[in-house]
Amino acid sequence: MSKITADDVRKVAQLARLSLPDDQIETFTGQLEKILTYVAHLEQVDTENVPPTTRAVEVVNVTREDEVTATPVREDLLDLAPQREGDFFRVPKILAD
Amino acid sequence: MAIAEWRQQLKLGEVSARELTDQHLERIAAVDPKLHAYLDVTADRARADADRIDAARTKGDDLPPLAGAPLAIKDNLCTKGIRTSCSSRMLENFVPPYESTVTERLWQAGAVLLGKTNLDEFAMGSSTETSAFGATSNPWDLSRVPGGSSGGSAAAVAAGECIAALGSDTGGSIRQPASFCGVVGLKPTYGRVSRWGLVAFASSLDQVGPFTTSVADAAEILQVIAGHDPRDSTCLNAPVPDYCASLDTPLDGLRVGLIRECFDQEGLDPQVKASVLAAANQLESLGAELVEVSCPRFNDGIATYYVIAPSEASANLARYDGVKYGYRAEGAESLATMTAGSRAEGFGSEVQRRILIGTYALSAGYVDAYYKKAQQVRTLIRRDFDSGFKSVDVMLTPTSPTTAFEAGTHADDPLAMYLADLLTIPANLAGLPAISLPCGFDDAGLPIGVQLITNVLEESRLLQVANQYELAANVMASKPSGSLIP
Repeated sequence: MSKITADDVRKVAQLARLSLPDDQIETFTGQLEKILTYVAHLEQVDTENVPPTTRAVEVVNVTREDEVTATPVREDLLDLAPQREGDFFRVPKILAD
Repeated sequence: MAIAEWRQQLKLGEVSARELTDQHLERIAAVDPKLHAYLDVTADRARADADRIDAARTKGDDLPPLAGAPLAIKDNLCTKGIRTSCSSRMLENFVPPYESTVTERLWQAGAVLLGKTNLDEFAMGSSTETSAFGATSNPWDLSRVPGGSSGGSAAAVAAGECIAALGSDTGGSIRQPASFCGVVGLKPTYGRVSRWGLVAFASSLDQVGPFTTSVADAAEILQVIAGHDPRDSTCLNAPVPDYCASLDTPLDGLRVGLIRECFDQEGLDPQVKASVLAAANQLESLGAELVEVSCPRFNDGIATYYVIAPSEASANLARYDGVKYGYRAEGAESLATMTAGSRAEGFGSEVQRRILIGTYALSAGYVDAYYKKAQQVRTLIRRDFDSGFKSVDVMLTPTSPTTAFEAGTHADDPLAMYLADLLTIPANLAGLPAISLPCGFDDAGLPIGVQLITNVLEESRLLQVANQYELAANVMASKPSGSLIP
């Protein structure tokens, strides 16, 4: 695994929707480098033909009837919005000029 | 006071629920300005709940098992109408319109809510220092951390600010602070307790559990919160045994495995090691047989965890976009800049760091090298436990390599902080139930914790062994004095 650069962190920050100033990108670059170097020692573990674990305790897929039920918290949920307009969440414009 | 003892006092009318609640509210007022275990104290609600219990008793109604027991709840469990902040600016003003399953069960069992406790932001940390609302101190020594992420709950129980508390444990966030604060902390089997209403961090690892002053109390709380919940599809539909029934069963013939790799740690404090080995010898004197076991991949737990947990966190925390609830940055001209600005201003640096690690590990070209590899090593760690449990009934390790460290110790070195979780993480990766309980004190008068681990859904055995040890060792009878320890 290759060395992490500030540009890598900038790209990841963009994917993660985090707008970070340059000095923070620098700090995170050094820290991520150190952490990812540490976790990279997993490379040395032989995992040939080892299946991945997604859940530690086996669970089965749970299904249920698709029934219509009342959701009494609709107003409460809308009220949590930073900006609400009627029955909608209000946001800044979605498309760039 | 033990829950069973309190129940008896309430029944006989020696102390009212209101009196017990008021005593705890007074204790909070006296010590919490120094400790900062609580983010919010719900005094009015607590008094009203306690009065209702007293009225029911006066009427002669049957009282539920936790009637009048004053509890604290980690602030990442949703409480309807009561702010649930996760110690984050992102949720500073978030008041959930619904109740988590675990807290709902506690209130149905008669428990009284005293307030919400501090944590590392979004439960990411091992010292409660990453809280956006200020750190919590260790009640034994205020210059030290209480552990984390559930440091507020652990400190509140240790300082007598509540009778018991709930926390959550993703990589040790119940057991490590329990160890640092000298209380009992139980992480149940993954899926034993519903996660519905627990703010998600790493969904394949998160589990809710109690902090108490005794093993018997941990059994009492688990009894109430365990069990199937149709609202959490990972919650196991397995019968809930009577956890108190086997507490008094002797340990004759029990096989206790000492995990060799844990005791060979370079960073293991010699006083911690000596105290934990003495606890093992105590179990032997109670009739158990000590066996050395090996979990060769145990020490790969941290690297595995710090890929899997941040990956899951980066996906879970994608929901905080400034649109539907939570913090929104001011003045943004587009949706995209509003979202990126809200997340930059709303999340603290530890949360951002983990989101970046997780996003990196899941990004194109790296997912096999990091995420899939970590999932495969996770399988090997599980297999180590599987083969270990063929020859032993319970495994024993220190809970943490050290006692509580000074505040600020790891402020500039996140990796050093991560390494503190070395001994607790493997139980989360394997989904196993594990408990930390006090086994002694170091020269500085700080508590040391021993960790016991059993196989999936064997909480009864875990509690039995812990209880037998606790009663025989009676560690707290010779406790040193601590700053805010009652």
